[in-house]
Amino acid sequence: MIGEALDKRTKSKSPLSGVKVASFCWMAAGPLTARYLGMWGATVVRIESHTRPDLVRLQGPYRNGEPGVDNNAWFPTVNSSCYSASINIQTPKGKELAWKLVRWADVVASSFSPGQMEKWGLGYEEVRKVNPEVIYYRSSQLGASGPNKTRAGSGYEAAAMAGFTHISGWPDRGPVPYTGAYTDFISPRFGAAAILAALAYRRRTGKGQEIDESQAESASYLLAPVIMDYFANGRIYERQGNALPYASPHAFFPCKGDDCWCAIAVFSDTHWKDLCRIMGNPEWSRKEQYRNLLGRKQWEDEIYDLVAQWTRIRTAEEVESLLTASGIPASVVESTSYLMENDSHLKSRGFFRNIKHSVIGDHINRGPAFKFSRSEDCQFSGPALGEHNEYVFKELLGMTDEEMAEGIKEGGITTNADLPPMKGAF
Amino acid sequence: MNLSNDSGALSPYRVLDLTEGALALCGKLLADLGADVIKVEKPGGDTSRTIGPFYQDIPHSEKSLFWWAYNVNKRGITLDIETSDGQEILKKLVRTSDFLIESFPPGYLDALGLGFGSLASINPSIIVASITPYGQAGEKANNPWCDLTAWASCGAAYITGDIDRPPLCMGFIPQISAQAASELMTAILIAHYERELSNEGQHIDLSIQESGIGVLQATVEMWDLAKLDYRRSGDRWITTSGAARRLAFKCKDGYGILLQGGGGSVRMVRASQSLVEWMSECDMAPNWLKNFDWANEYDADTLSQETIDRVETCIEGFLLTRTKQEIYKEGWDRGIMIAPVKTMEDIASDEQLIARGFWQKIEHPELEASVTYCGPFVKMSETPLTSRRRPPLIGEHNLEIYAEEMQMPKETLAILKSSGAI
Repeated sequence: MIGEALDKRTKSKSPLSGVKVASFCWMAAGPLTARYLGMWGATVVRIESHTRPDLVRLQGPYRNGEPGVDNNAWFPTVNSSCYSASINIQTPKGKELAWKLVRWADVVASSFSPGQMEKWGLGYEEVRKVNPEVIYYRSSQLGASGPNKTRAGSGYEAAAMAGFTHISGWPDRGPVPYTGAYTDFISPRFGAAAILAALAYRRRTGKGQEIDESQAESASYLLAPVIMDYFANGRIYERQGNALPYASPHAFFPCKGDDCWCAIAVFSDTHWKDLCRIMGNPEWSRKEQYRNLLGRKQWEDEIYDLVAQWTRIRTAEEVESLLTASGIPASVVESTSYLMENDSHLKSRGFFRNIKHSVIGDHINRGPAFKFSRSEDCQFSGPALGEHNEYVFKELLGMTDEEMAEGIKEGGITTNADLPPMKGAF
Repeated sequence: MNLSNDSGALSPYRVLDLTEGALALCGKLLADLGADVIKVEKPGGDTSRTIGPFYQDIPHSEKSLFWWAYNVNKRGITLDIETSDGQEILKKLVRTSDFLIESFPPGYLDALGLGFGSLASINPSIIVASITPYGQAGEKANNPWCDLTAWASCGAAYITGDIDRPPLCMGFIPQISAQAASELMTAILIAHYERELSNEGQHIDLSIQESGIGVLQATVEMWDLAKLDYRRSGDRWITTSGAARRLAFKCKDGYGILLQGGGGSVRMVRASQSLVEWMSECDMAPNWLKNFDWANEYDADTLSQETIDRVETCIEGFLLTRTKQEIYKEGWDRGIMIAPVKTMEDIASDEQLIARGFWQKIEHPELEASVTYCGPFVKMSETPLTSRRRPPLIGEHNLEIYAEEMQMPKETLAILKSSGAI
């Protein structure tokens, strides 16, 4: 596997090759940040421990439904293109190995709650003493300064703290949070860019630095206009379902089949006329009050039911293609299986990739969402726990067989024997 | 306002930003990192300047809070690239630029003679970043779109919402577009890192649909390994065993998000025990719950719906007696993984955000007022992110850039103005 991955790395023109990352990240937000670096050529070493496995390893789906730290697919996705070294940092030997990696690295990344790295003696001040040019990236729910810095939590709570949860849902019901730990997926887009900007700066000046990302803060850029609306106008946004003030209809319409839907958005009176024409100009559509946006907003629910009568007897694909041919934004509401099995556009772009994992075998991983005209990525599946100990300790850090054996004996390098009994976390 | 621009991580670089709507976020973030970002608008201004909300609720193209949020820190010029004069000016600008970001339909710039090939022949090290709903090629590449269709096409809408109602999106701020624009920043900086060695630019093709798929939880893996097609489940999340756990709990004055759990997570076991202790102190924990074995009886791999419902009924009753503020203070101090569901009002007064200086006031002299913006998206110790200027007025920097920097004669500018190029 290592050979294969390395081979791919040298053959391809991976833009970040040569960049070395020691990743003390865990759960989703941190590893997804490091994933960009590994996928595009950096050598990313995930520091893990059998004594306390990453909770993403304790989560289905499992191959054949059998729980196991190396038997699930979510971890290899989140940790795609990184190596795993298993170290018990609570032991003196483990600490020594962690320091070796910290010295080796260009980038030290972590996503434990602020204070944890310091507790291990691996705070920025300590690390820069031995590695003055290090880029020290840390990501946490609320940031590494301020009165609430030590509070730990997941992307579910961060989404609530950042304001996403309150505005997500129907006006007559409680909040319906986005399915997933929202900020875990948003914040890496910002964090990876900050690391890359710091690398560019370091190349220019030789100076490293500390980067502190609050997942709630970076994600809040996705709400910036409504936050500014509060400050400027005192308006507090409430749940509005799928409504948008400047488009109508703007909704998901039921289509033929079980739980099949099509998104339709009408931003102009011309598009409304086109939609009516496509529906065969039914009697109801000639109503004067539907002709302009204000009227359509006022009668939005009524119009929804009328348009739904037309969509309900057609497939979502048919609705999508009739509308998009006339320039009206429309899309099948794709389920995950639809994305992976039926979306021929996506298939032609090769987004989903079949990648071999050392334990679960071939599985589908998500490729990058962007392509370069010259450079290639070098994605490989995320690692089994401690899979790359030999590669990391011997080839990257230059340790001998004897030193490695000693590391294991002294409990610095953990093995499967150190695993607690398997219990699911999520 | 600090206008000096030499201390940012990206301060030596210039970006031409030809994006619209929430996709303009990418250029704004690059500007925060220090780049000189020039927003290129068509004469009369971007169409997205008409998107609300508006400052003091006055609908005006110079008062769109939406536009401001995603264009603050940039300079602005007007240019009609559909005229041949406009095309020549853009090509001149490309000579002194490092990045060009665009969100036109695929093929549009090519048809104007401004495609990547043409621009690279003028400046071989230019990085051209294209962001479009379905990418540059493929059967759907030219489909009309908006954020609602992006939610639909990336799979996020299908899995979000109540099962007895249509799928759901966070409609009024283009989430999928904005997160894709921030991912484009990462793509651009990957290409930039490589360019510093190769001196060669390249073309980036980002698909918003694919970027949105990156926001899906493990649903891809569920289909791949278990042939389970994840369906929306309201405010509950489906655990490994298939049972549903509640996330949002009603409290006295709103809602809280509680990550209740146990099993293999030492942290969640402790958090759940703390919650029960708190309930006990308030005489609201039944005896069976006091002795509940969170590690073994709440193992996500085997957890039954019956167990969850039993536990949740007790928690629901308890949290109804607490306020959001109590959840925030006491709940968290006790180590419970709980957070208040914050409104915009709560966020504006959040002590953590205030202490970290996240809100930044920027002067708008022509309004004789300062406006509050989101501050640095990360804190960088050596190259702090800076807010250097308010968003540009329409064509505000035409003279500065065309006359002073490009040294175009004022007479030429007058001709270009009357011909509609600028």
